Amino acid sequence: MVDDLYQEIILDHSKRPRNCHEMEGANRKAEGYNPLCGDKLKLYLKVEDGVVQDASFVGSGCAISTASASLMTESLKGKTREEAIKLLDKFHDLLTTDTPAAKDLGKLVVFCGVRDYPARVKCATLAWHTLRSALEGVDTPVSTE
Amino acid sequence: MSTLASTIQAGFDVEKVRGDFPVLRQKVHGKPLVYLDNAATSQKPLAVIEAIRRFYEVDCANIHRGVHELSQRSTAAYEQTRVKVKQFLNARTKNELIFVRGATEGINLVASSWGRKCVKSGDEIVVSGMEHHSNIVPWQILCEEKGAKLRVIPIDDRGELLMEEYEKLLGPRTRMVAVAHVSNALGTVNPVREIIELAHKAGALALIDGAQAVPHMKVDVQALDADFYAFSGHKVFGPTGSGMLYGKTKLLNAMPPYQGGGDMIRTVTFEKTTYNDLPYKFEAGTPNIAGGIGLGAAIDYVNRIGLDKIGAYEHELLTYGTEALMEIPGLRLIGTAREKAAVLSFVMEGIHPHDIGTVLDRMGIAVRTGHHCAQPVMDRFGVPATTRASLAFYNTTAEVDALAAGLRKVKEMFA
Repeated sequence: MVDDLYQEIILDHSKRPRNCHEMEGANRKAEGYNPLCGDKLKLYLKVEDGVVQDASFVGSGCAISTASASLMTESLKGKTREEAIKLLDKFHDLLTTDTPAAKDLGKLVVFCGVRDYPARVKCATLAWHTLRSALEGVDTPVSTE
Repeated sequence: MSTLASTIQAGFDVEKVRGDFPVLRQKVHGKPLVYLDNAATSQKPLAVIEAIRRFYEVDCANIHRGVHELSQRSTAAYEQTRVKVKQFLNARTKNELIFVRGATEGINLVASSWGRKCVKSGDEIVVSGMEHHSNIVPWQILCEEKGAKLRVIPIDDRGELLMEEYEKLLGPRTRMVAVAHVSNALGTVNPVREIIELAHKAGALALIDGAQAVPHMKVDVQALDADFYAFSGHKVFGPTGSGMLYGKTKLLNAMPPYQGGGDMIRTVTFEKTTYNDLPYKFEAGTPNIAGGIGLGAAIDYVNRIGLDKIGAYEHELLTYGTEALMEIPGLRLIGTAREKAAVLSFVMEGIHPHDIGTVLDRMGIAVRTGHHCAQPVMDRFGVPATTRASLAFYNTTAEVDALAAGLRKVKEMFA
């Protein structure tokens, strides 16, 4: 049923997104865009000594993409750049492979239901694509297409 | 059933017509399918499916070539569609109808062929702010190539064209006015007769994108005095990849070919090729024969039911649906023109259309979510996307009720 997709925690983060604001003093920024949905996202990171000290985002999107950005920014804080990339890869696996290794994903496992909605995978991964370009210092907006 | 619902169904035997559409007899995610995405593509009646099957099972051969029996049969069936569409649109002769893949190809044909010959630097092409991308981009490509200018008729908050602004746009450099008969994103029925008349007064031609009009209303290209009129077969209950472009004989004769190849020639030598007569001059290569034959079956089917009946029933269904949706708090209809086809485009406060679409899908309800290939319309109304329920004559008031109930559930989930 559709509740597998819209689990309580996803609905909660979509209605009350955490870290949803611009950031003064961010030293990494990136923009993401999903032309199919019109979803837009700006990601702000403060990275010091290779560690993500703070993460926030602004943008407009569906419940899945907003909740994904909200939960992502929560889970990034305190992670090293390498740990963040590793998390990103795991999250991507969770949504796109049949037998994902769900461990170490914490709350992010709530997105496992998205796998059964192929049209919505891009909604869940938009924030994460944007994270990659922020960490890799790519200035041009990333697009899911 | 409400009084209104029973009155609506009394005038039209919707259950009988539903029986003609096999696709409607299925469950999706365990629920009866409620198909409300007719503006994207319509479903096909058995008569169309049978016509395609018959072609492949019995008559399959290439057309216009062989002297053998099968080729003659397939040629006759295919050409019969041209005659049917000639009557359907009330063209002067069947040679004014060119088989195309759909409205998109019809518009591209005119933009490429007529545009290449007749548009010069500094000329102007007028489109409207509610066009589908298929009636924007071909003209944009042409304008870029020729140094011409694309001008846009603005629309008001109801989704109606601002006719006085349109008149101001017309001038001595206007070459073409290209406007949708019915908007796919808003449902607006445009006053195309008046639009064409004003274009002609300014010395310009007019092309009408009829993709969303022909499934819902009687179209008479002579009464409209349209120079070109394009539609897609798949939106009028025919096969995908079929469609027709109508053009006035004089204009089509003066235009260079669109594509080169077989069928569009009379004689070919390496020094010079002479082209075939209308309509074949514009029909290079083996066409979608099965699709063309299926389109003929679709036109027969629509004629049998009658566009007057279809239009009247859909109009009542639209009124019923509009009232049902307006009762949902926080729902805003996008497109509230006084003259509307059966399209209900809307946004819900704080809820993204894709979430609406996904939840409805799990209830078996198919709607379209997104920008509907009309991004300028979304920009005009300041929304990234809408949810669109588009109705056909096989939809019922019960299905509209299911949509409204589904939307209330959506609201409960996300509010």
